[in-house]
Amino acid sequence: MSISVDLAIIGAGPAGMAAALEARASGLSVLVLDENASPGGQVWRAAEENAARGKSLDADYAAGAQMAQALRQSEVPCRFGTTVWAIEPEGRVYFSAGGRAESVAAAQVLLCTGATERPLPIPGWTLPGVMTVGAAQILLKTGGLVPEGRVWLAGQGPLLRLYAVQALVAGATIAGILDISPPPSRVLGLTDLPAIANAAEQVAKGVRWGRTIEAAGVAWGRVADISAEAGPDGKLARVKFRDEHGEHAEPADLLLLHDGVVPNTQVSRALGLEHMFDPAQRCWRPVLDPFGRSSEPAILVAGDGAGILGAEAALITGRLAAIAASLDLGKLDPALAHKRAGPLFKRIAVHRKFRAVLDKLYPPQPPVLDDSDLVCRCEEVTAGQVREAAQLGCLGLNQMKSFTRCGMGPCQGRMCATTAAELLAEARGVPVWEIEPYRGRFPTKPLTLGELAALDSA
Amino acid sequence: MRDQADTRYDVMVVGGGMVGSALAYGMARAGARVALLDEGDLALRAARGNFGLVWTQSKGDGMPAYVRLTRESAQLWHKFSDELSGHAGRDIGYRQQGGLDFCLDEADFAECSARIARLHNQSGIEAPRMVMLDRAELQALMPATRLGQRVVGALLCHDDGHVNPLYVLRGLHAGLRANGGEHLPGPPVTAVEATARGFVAHRADGFVTAERVVVAAGVHTQWLAAMVGIDLQVRPVRGQNIVTERLPRMLPLPASALRQTEEGVVQIGVTYEDGVDQPATTVPGLAGMAARAVRVLPDLANARMVRAWGALRPMTPDGFPAYAASATHPGAFACACHSGVTLAAAHVNRVAPKILAGDLSAFAAFDPARFKGMQHVHAAH
Amino acid sequence: MFTRPTDDLGVTITFEGNAVRARDGDSVAAALLAAGHLVFRETAVSGAPRGPFCMMGACFDCLVEIDSEPARQACMVRVAEGMRVRRQRGAADYASAEAVE
Repeated sequence: MSISVDLAIIGAGPAGMAAALEARASGLSVLVLDENASPGGQVWRAAEENAARGKSLDADYAAGAQMAQALRQSEVPCRFGTTVWAIEPEGRVYFSAGGRAESVAAAQVLLCTGATERPLPIPGWTLPGVMTVGAAQILLKTGGLVPEGRVWLAGQGPLLRLYAVQALVAGATIAGILDISPPPSRVLGLTDLPAIANAAEQVAKGVRWGRTIEAAGVAWGRVADISAEAGPDGKLARVKFRDEHGEHAEPADLLLLHDGVVPNTQVSRALGLEHMFDPAQRCWRPVLDPFGRSSEPAILVAGDGAGILGAEAALITGRLAAIAASLDLGKLDPALAHKRAGPLFKRIAVHRKFRAVLDKLYPPQPPVLDDSDLVCRCEEVTAGQVREAAQLGCLGLNQMKSFTRCGMGPCQGRMCATTAAELLAEARGVPVWEIEPYRGRFPTKPLTLGELAALDSA
Repeated sequence: MRDQADTRYDVMVVGGGMVGSALAYGMARAGARVALLDEGDLALRAARGNFGLVWTQSKGDGMPAYVRLTRESAQLWHKFSDELSGHAGRDIGYRQQGGLDFCLDEADFAECSARIARLHNQSGIEAPRMVMLDRAELQALMPATRLGQRVVGALLCHDDGHVNPLYVLRGLHAGLRANGGEHLPGPPVTAVEATARGFVAHRADGFVTAERVVVAAGVHTQWLAAMVGIDLQVRPVRGQNIVTERLPRMLPLPASALRQTEEGVVQIGVTYEDGVDQPATTVPGLAGMAARAVRVLPDLANARMVRAWGALRPMTPDGFPAYAASATHPGAFACACHSGVTLAAAHVNRVAPKILAGDLSAFAAFDPARFKGMQHVHAAH
Repeated sequence: MFTRPTDDLGVTITFEGNAVRARDGDSVAAALLAAGHLVFRETAVSGAPRGPFCMMGACFDCLVEIDSEPARQACMVRVAEGMRVRRQRGAADYASAEAVE
């Protein structure tokens, strides 16, 4: 069956939901597609289900349940459990649900695919028992799972603290937090005070988190050279690190890693959108105008996928993109559009300023890997092999991939791209933004050959 | 890149893909001082989009000299693969136990049979060793493999095989360096000109000079070769590919659009899209290839594809290779073909020495002068 | 390890033949982790043991065989009563399943 809409929205997190409601208000026909079972994206994952159980992690999370309810009540058509795997630049979106592939023609497509965690590759990061903080948070939100035993958190960033607090409140014991961030006094200065003052609420939240963690007796220290070691059963048994007192090796049952989040650019790359490198966040993001319009006429981007600004900002950028789509489709009066957008631009500016402070507090760091440590989890390619690629005449990730198989697995480079770029840049002696990232191609999620074949008209 | 004005290269090759790299390696191995000018990471690089077949069964239908060249190259491949594996530092995965062309109906079967007859009937040359297998004979070759109901049989060519084309390129570049050649990746070459002592190639980061120049730049060969007085028509013809997750051994022999690699992934091809100059993938293209693959091997229906890509074949008007020496610019040469993997061994061992000797008369049949007045024929396989 | 303070476990699946109780709405990965299972597969490249890493469908390390279907992402599949889950050992083998023509 062939369907067509004014606006197809990929992702039902904060940006996607806000965009859907705004677009609907302008009278656009909308279709929202999300691979999870319910709205919320990652930050509000399972918010609906938890609300139904009478559970909520905190006020921020409860806002997600309210947003989800608003989306349901708006009767905007939504397809959950649905994975988008290809988009044509002219606007046809291909997706699969229940093993069946379909497509929708859209006049405009809005990507709200959010962020992914920046991989924090350490020696032993592929051991069972090593996961991301985001993974643990998803388990807490969707399954109510609480970490127990000798649990270690390692890395940096607001999510690390937030999860520690959420887990402690849920009854977890945490052995220690291994912090890789620099001391704030070293990175912040007087010029940062205005931004901090303007985000007093967020700052206060951060301070409260710190106090809760301290009160729970969780050991916290700044460390380097973190690694995970296996026991005889091949699972995580020990975490090792170095601090000012020397080397340590501690028993561990669970090690949760986090080094901030980066925009998920799988789809935007495959679409051929122009991207730029953000030096403060050390990651790539699509080149967008203030409304979120990309270098392709029918494609817009909003939310963390446009640049990391957090959930509250995603609500704003989602609305801005919907306003632009409505304007471009002639369904919104330009004067009205700019009237709505004005205050939104002002609010985004505040978010950007605070984000700049966070970027200074938690600067992404180049990986510390021996030649024998794994970079590509799927194909088990080592750091040494990636570094060697520079000697083989590889200037960027694509040629490196062809010579080493790094990036050829099912994750399509999601877990190795940032690391491989840092290693190749260092080996070549050039800045990391000069390393060409993996060229993406659709399908961006694996689908079966049978599903693909069913679309063949011949 | 430093300005290479004072480095005396005997020859520079413009184009670090399958053809350029093989010629550069061959000439370096023969003792010449060679520079290989290669583009950076996002080059069109048909060499990275290749299917990986070392294939004789479909080559030279209409040009006996090409049948001969292909056959010769295939025979050189065993030794060549050992050599390249040594340079690449890993097994490049060359396996030669025969190659198939699956037939999905009687028309397919008739067409393959006719092709065998035509190749046998071309006078003056020995054709590749090919037979038609009916379904029972085909099944006997792979008793553990479930064949689709529509498979009526296949063409089997005993001389055919496959290899990991990415590792071939890796081996060629490493072999070049091991023989004192210089691999110079960077911005694309924008111009080639004659100088008093040879030629100069310009790029954004500098220039390189050498006594001789070989233009082997894939789809870019035509306009670059024109700068040194060679008229060699090449146009892009896109081919899309799909690769699956790793699977247990299910296909013991490669086929023209379906092969299982050493790592266990199944590679599926191919489209022939004329007049397309973007190496993107399209859903109709991918769906068509997936449908055919599942018709041949139904067990693939539940297998997941992990990657897909498109690449632009450098296609001459008749689909056969072109090798040319410039009449107006002595010392300049141009080479193009879309079968760079199969011909790699011949390029290294037969063509490269002739270029160094400055005499391509042995390849007169491949002179691009034959394209004058030729209609573009359907893209040959 | 993970623990789950609830008695709302109304769904039963099996992992490697052993019963695992789960909550309706759980992903297979969450159910297995809550039951103390950390190793979900052995890689096709080296046979190394792996388990869930990202829980959001991006890492492909949580692959398991579900009801004879190989290489499913456990974090993306909801539990269903009677579901039979096994470790994914090496490459996905589809040949033993029913052919689709």
